[in-house]
Amino acid sequence: MSKRPILEMYGIHKRFYGFAALSNVSIRLFPGEVHALMGENGAGKSTLIKVLTGVYRIDEGRILLDDRELRVANPHEAQEAGIATVYQEVNLCPNLTVAENIFIGREPRRFGRILWKEMNRQADELLRSRLHVSIDVTQPLGSYSVAIQQLVAIARALSISARILILDEPTSSLDRHEVEQLFAVMRSLKEQGLAILFVTHFLDQVYEISDRITILRSGELVGEYLTSELSRIELVKHMIGKDLQVLNQLTERTDRSDARGQEPFLEAQGLGRSRQIEAFHLTIHRGEIVGFAGLLGSGRTEAARLLFGADRADRGHLRIAGEGRHPIEAPRQAIRQGIAFCSENRKTEGIIADLSVRENIILALQARRGWFRALSRKRQEEIADEYIRRINIHPKDPEIPVRNLSGGNQQKVLLARWLLMEPKLFILDEPTRGIDIGAKTEIQKLVLDLSDKGMAVLFISSELEEVIRVSDRIAVLRDRRLISMMEREEISQENVMKAIAGG
Amino acid sequence: MLRRPYLPVLITIGLFALAFLAGSLRYNGFFSLQVLFNLLIDNAFLLIVAIGMTFVILSGGIDLSVGSVVALTTMLSASLVEQFDWPPYVVIPLVLALGALFGCGMGAVIHYFRIQPFIVTLAGMFLARGLCYVISIQTITINDPFYTKMALSKVRFPDGSFISISVIIALLVFLLALYLAHFTRFGRNVYAIGGNEQSAILMGLPIARTKMLVYAFSGFCSALGGVVFTFYMLSGYGLHAVGLELDAIAAVVIGGTLLTGGVGYVAGTFFGVMIQGVIQTIITFEGTLSSWWTKIVIGLLLFLFILLQRILNMGSTNTRSM
Amino acid sequence: MWTRISKHHLFWPLVALLLLLLFNAVYNPGFFAIRVQSGHLYGSLIDILNFGSPLMLVAIGMTLVIATGGIDLSVGSMVAISGAMACLMISRSADQNSLGAVILAIALALGLSILLGLWNGLLVAGAGIQPIIATLILMVAGRGIAQLITSGQIITINSDPYRYIGMGWLLMLPFSIFIVAIVWLFTAWITRKTALGLFIESVGANPTASRLAGIGSRTVLLAVYMFCALCAGIAGLIVSSNVSGADGNNAGLWYELDAILAVVIGGTALTGGRFYLSGTIVGALIIQTLTTTIYTIGVPPEITLVVKALVVFAVCLIQSENFRGLFLSARRSRRVPADREVSRHA
Repeated sequence: MSKRPILEMYGIHKRFYGFAALSNVSIRLFPGEVHALMGENGAGKSTLIKVLTGVYRIDEGRILLDDRELRVANPHEAQEAGIATVYQEVNLCPNLTVAENIFIGREPRRFGRILWKEMNRQADELLRSRLHVSIDVTQPLGSYSVAIQQLVAIARALSISARILILDEPTSSLDRHEVEQLFAVMRSLKEQGLAILFVTHFLDQVYEISDRITILRSGELVGEYLTSELSRIELVKHMIGKDLQVLNQLTERTDRSDARGQEPFLEAQGLGRSRQIEAFHLTIHRGEIVGFAGLLGSGRTEAARLLFGADRADRGHLRIAGEGRHPIEAPRQAIRQGIAFCSENRKTEGIIADLSVRENIILALQARRGWFRALSRKRQEEIADEYIRRINIHPKDPEIPVRNLSGGNQQKVLLARWLLMEPKLFILDEPTRGIDIGAKTEIQKLVLDLSDKGMAVLFISSELEEVIRVSDRIAVLRDRRLISMMEREEISQENVMKAIAGG
Repeated sequence: MLRRPYLPVLITIGLFALAFLAGSLRYNGFFSLQVLFNLLIDNAFLLIVAIGMTFVILSGGIDLSVGSVVALTTMLSASLVEQFDWPPYVVIPLVLALGALFGCGMGAVIHYFRIQPFIVTLAGMFLARGLCYVISIQTITINDPFYTKMALSKVRFPDGSFISISVIIALLVFLLALYLAHFTRFGRNVYAIGGNEQSAILMGLPIARTKMLVYAFSGFCSALGGVVFTFYMLSGYGLHAVGLELDAIAAVVIGGTLLTGGVGYVAGTFFGVMIQGVIQTIITFEGTLSSWWTKIVIGLLLFLFILLQRILNMGSTNTRSM
Repeated sequence: MWTRISKHHLFWPLVALLLLLLFNAVYNPGFFAIRVQSGHLYGSLIDILNFGSPLMLVAIGMTLVIATGGIDLSVGSMVAISGAMACLMISRSADQNSLGAVILAIALALGLSILLGLWNGLLVAGAGIQPIIATLILMVAGRGIAQLITSGQIITINSDPYRYIGMGWLLMLPFSIFIVAIVWLFTAWITRKTALGLFIESVGANPTASRLAGIGSRTVLLAVYMFCALCAGIAGLIVSSNVSGADGNNAGLWYELDAILAVVIGGTALTGGRFYLSGTIVGALIIQTLTTTIYTIGVPPEITLVVKALVVFAVCLIQSENFRGLFLSARRSRRVPADREVSRHA
């Protein structure tokens, strides 16, 4: 296949407030190819897509479409240029009909009057001939599944004569059958000569559909590979980064007493939630750190949320401290059982940005005490001061709004909030994401100390080295399944990566 | 298969039919064309205003200023015609244009400064109501021959029943609105913005223009409602149409339009207005029931429709995680 | 030091209030005069406090509702219902001057108000309906209920103990001022000395994070809507006591809007979160002073509405980021909306 790329991006740089989201990234899209864009959190995938679709402007670099310089100022202009994007959360109007969603803004008209019959006919034909789906196009889009909605979004893109189709995590909320349907459409579009940029976290899907892979890591280009020439384990290594030798040095750690002799604190038996995480078994002992390893979207966060009742499990049982019970239904119940949870979404699900450091720290404790057993202001200040000192929160002023703190210090405020509860099980979802290296080490050390004092910890991180360093046992998740549980002796970079890569 | 979006409208029409039937069975002289026409005659201005409101609510906004704009229109018309001797064919186009301009201004503030429609139109409501009193605190009676002619002219049907000119105006507006909502890009853009504004932006639809037009249309409808109300009352007064915004919102919601925007029909609003009219008529016929029951029943209907929409919406969209 | 003062949340509302008062003083040199007459204090300032008391009460309740990110449109109707209920009970009693009958009437009226607040709270917290929509129901139906209670008449009563609520004097001051003071202090106490205030602010600022921190937001919302209704109920008592009668149609008209305005002027954001009770009081006083000012300068009182409209516009424009952006330099003229969600999975 001696083809010329439709689109080439060279030496793209993009900075936000001094932080480089993309540095010197290049990518080529060929007609009739599915090109997978891979990378973990913060790799720069979203930024790259937003640059391509005109949401962001680049600081440096060139974008060539058909060998001509491409300049787009907004998503609309990108569409006009033939670059269409379909997101995981479909950006269409659920209240309008399928046909309207395809044609709105470009409806067939006569004397200003919209020709509905003509529009419906064209929509039906487009869906049939190019996507091979036949649905009632006069129904509101919202009455169809997300999978169909995505196909409609693709149809809209095609009707604007798209030549490049960007699919941003389209499969995250689809079931197996729906994914097959989408892939059939993608193959057919490929035959029709479109270039497809496909972003996903599912390795199986990458190998099933893509021809070429570009890997980004921390805003930098790792490389472009033909899918047929890149093994899964290589792919995972490129995504997670670091050479194995370096990693092995890093994972030297002090010997810790074996926690398996301890009694189990929490046992999940067949806990699951449809479309989010398949039923899994998990035991966490007192004084033990269990790590969740897996790529983004593998189901690690979803599993953790079920344990805390942030989402409700629709199957399975729990045993907490030896007592069997139904799955936890609300965070309040979990807290009463001695479980604490630090969400990965610090800003939206963690801190209350308007409130002060002091108020954020005492929030959960006060919630457990109820309205009337209010902590006195003096007691609150004592607590705040104690934790500010103990886990080194900066600045040391308990009265400033949390929004003014850096990410790492916001994270520490959240840790303080939960440590104050003296939890028996602490679930930490990406506690070190987006914070500087100093704070990171502090948090890792804190976690180790806590477990030494008998606390059970569930530690989730996309940085494999980190998980391996702190965990006693590691649960590996892939494609929304807990696929293996590794005991201390089995844990090594190689093994964990193999398990993550699968197949 | 029953289409979900139509369900509330069908319920509205069913309720209207049921109420009319109940009235007919219970009272002598209820079941007549004239009673039906009277519903239109007495509610022509409300229908016009509610149609404008429908577009605003469909776009995901709200317009609290409509009642005040109606009052301001009556006041301005009465003052110009009676105190300044301006001819009606100048005054009426002028007030209509002013109404549209007023709405357009509010739309611009809402869009460009990203202030909640509720607050902006609240200010608009205060402003228009206050301007009435700047013109005069008293009622201004209208004796202009054109206005009295419009007020008294009847269009008779062979069987003796009749409608007023205002009804014809209202029905024309209704037809225009149906066409606008369902057969023009403007109308479909309104639905799109109400359905998901973020998506509408990404689909490249003209958000600013559409939003300003929506409020301009509502302002225009309010002014036209004001003109019709002037025909009806033959006076201008600052206390005219107090609380009309609530009646209009209620008519829209009872007509099956989702207050969160994007879903609903102009035709539903028509029946929403008619239901309010029929309830009033029944209460008048009953004699012993007093007028305030209208408000209670309308409140009850509001509750039922809001709950119905909440249930229909359950699980699909707009479920807050609380 | 100066920046600390000017950044205080009460700074601008107080400046506005002082300017208004100064304007009055210039226009009418006797404005600040307070004289003693038969053991009572009289004067414009006292009048503002006295006539402004129902609004201050309603606004206090509204502050808490708005802090949770909600809104209560039905307060005006509840003012009417509460007054109607109290007057009806008193007019029915054998001796309108009996203290027992008046207390019973007050208890019933306030009980009914709390019930209505429970209804609002259930719709918002239980059924998950948007507050603005949920409270619209009672805003519409409430007027009807009030008229139902009064049978569409204006009930007039002749009860000295009841008249004392709105017209009485205590320690040389109008009694209604004490009611406001008590409610204000109670609210400040319950929100700052118990954890209620913290929960309200955290639910309003970030409902998801609050839920994950274990706060039972439903109970908080229920309590807040019930409290707001109670405040409206007390205001209703004062309004009806002032005229010794209940008018289902006109009592408490526009109160919801004035109260919301007072809260917003006072610095509490309509989006919820931090709330400022003292700011709300100042906001209500500004609105009341505005009305008084317009009376004193001899403009028809209805024109207050025009001024209010301008105040709403001004306050909102100041709070609008886009508006402020116009002045802060043309740093970035075009902003694609998607730009704001930089960190979804960047």
